[in-house]
Amino acid sequence: MSRSRLALLVVGVAACLVAGLSAGSVPLAPGEIWAGLRNADAPASVIVRELRAPRVLLAFLVGGSLGVCGAALQAMIRNPLAEPYLLGLSGGAGLGAVLAIATRAAGAWAVPIAAFVGALGAVALVYRLSLVAGRRLDPRVLLLSGVVVGSFFIALMSSIMVLSDSAATRNAFLWLLGGFGSSSWQSLGVFAAYAVGPLALLGLHARSLDLLALGEEPAQYLGADVDRTMRVVYGCTALLTAASVAACGIIGFVGLVVPHAVRTVARPLHRSLLPLVFLAGGCFLVLCDVASRVVVRPLELPVGVITALVGVPVFALLLRRTLT
Amino acid sequence: MIVEARGLTVVYGRNGRPALRGVSCAVEERRLVAVVGPNGSGKTTLVRALSGRLTPQAGTVLVGGRSVAEWPRKDLARQIGVLPQREEILFPLKVEETVLLGRYAHLGPLAAVGEADRAAVRAALERCDVAAFAERPSDSLSGGEWQRVRLARALAQEPRALILDEPTASLDIRHEMELFELVRRLVDDGLAGLVITHHLNLAARFADRVVLLSGGDLVAAGTPAEVFTPETIGRVFEWPVAVPRWGGEDGSPQIVPLRPGESAS
Repeated sequence: MSRSRLALLVVGVAACLVAGLSAGSVPLAPGEIWAGLRNADAPASVIVRELRAPRVLLAFLVGGSLGVCGAALQAMIRNPLAEPYLLGLSGGAGLGAVLAIATRAAGAWAVPIAAFVGALGAVALVYRLSLVAGRRLDPRVLLLSGVVVGSFFIALMSSIMVLSDSAATRNAFLWLLGGFGSSSWQSLGVFAAYAVGPLALLGLHARSLDLLALGEEPAQYLGADVDRTMRVVYGCTALLTAASVAACGIIGFVGLVVPHAVRTVARPLHRSLLPLVFLAGGCFLVLCDVASRVVVRPLELPVGVITALVGVPVFALLLRRTLT
Repeated sequence: MIVEARGLTVVYGRNGRPALRGVSCAVEERRLVAVVGPNGSGKTTLVRALSGRLTPQAGTVLVGGRSVAEWPRKDLARQIGVLPQREEILFPLKVEETVLLGRYAHLGPLAAVGEADRAAVRAALERCDVAAFAERPSDSLSGGEWQRVRLARALAQEPRALILDEPTASLDIRHEMELFELVRRLVDDGLAGLVITHHLNLAARFADRVVLLSGGDLVAAGTPAEVFTPETIGRVFEWPVAVPRWGGEDGSPQIVPLRPGESAS
């Protein structure tokens, strides 16, 4: 990448982070943010340090992770429409998380584990369903079963939430719509701890993803261990999705929109694509979070609503392109 | 002997008809083997078995004297480069990047692309005459150009043997000839080659040996002149043919399908 492009990227990321820190029910100027970050006694200090900084960082990390999930899944199942939400991973993770909360079985660190189990369950079910349809795995059938399984899990999840009499569980409903309103340094820490491993592992498999994107057969002939790479990708994306659902609820379409947008600018190999998608995904979700705070101030829209409002038209466009 | 198959039997499904039945063949350095036969005769199955993609019910495949199943995929990719029949482009890359993917088996997950890799890519691009459009996206190429790029990618693997599954399907005469000439030169320069093709006449002119399959059985194997007789070809392809020679008495046999009422003479 050229130096000017790199500079542009750094400036872009910084601008998004500043926008994230400044927007909200109390808008802050960059000067106030700077003072709040440097000086604990500054008027904006509490807002910046305790509320917005963890929120913006969490949104950035989650956005980046979901983007990377989308890029990896798209390469693996060779379908530009693949992403955690449409493949049913998010639904499975949501069901797992809600079950853990409803049965009061889990604290902040254990909810992601329950979500992970749910996401893996969804993967297994989606895989099984697509194999029923035919002996060879068809990427279109895989996606279709993903949508079906995801919807089924979300329906189960909603029933549990409505039937449960605990107020805490009902509040979980708002959380599952996707939002960063309750972000804290703790939730940021939990997410980061779960996300760093799978992100690194996916990065290590960047070259294998290049090969998998060619198709299973050419990938194998070029030396890729296809089965192992697929297990790694399913495991890592399930864990990343689970951690993000536990941190901020179900947010769809980030993994769809972001890799697609990056690919229209550059068509790089995954060693550059994955980091670019991570940064772009982070910026995208921070900006969506800003929009969720600004559009109907002082109320907040769930950020999942914003990503869906952006993502669904992109999905429709991509669908048209892949089917023609 | 680089790749050797002994008594291969492959059955798809549980009680299906064997796709291959006791087939043996060998690919050695500086020799080009052409595998021919009607549709469904087991040609592509043979490629998959030779390259370790499927496990035969009986028989063995040896690569460098060692069973193909024992080779780790990466090491196998340094021994055999395979061009499968179909490959759709979903996420287009630049031609140079496409060829660089051939270096996968030589690169660790964190290793940077080194001078040896760059040299191998450059050599492969030039060898296949695609260096001129190294910067073009792969989805802007013609069918013949794309096949040469894929061949360059296989060469970047620096294999000892090349296995090509119908490399000239849907190419016109010029691109077909260019590809066969290229493969022949690569084989003359030291590679072992196995090519599957429907073009019997090209197989006769370019290959050292021909393996004729029919319904999973090896019907004939030998030099083109030994295999391409009017009786054998007529029987296997279920159509009468004449087999004149191109370029005199010792020239390569060329197959001419006959129309009703025509005779071989």
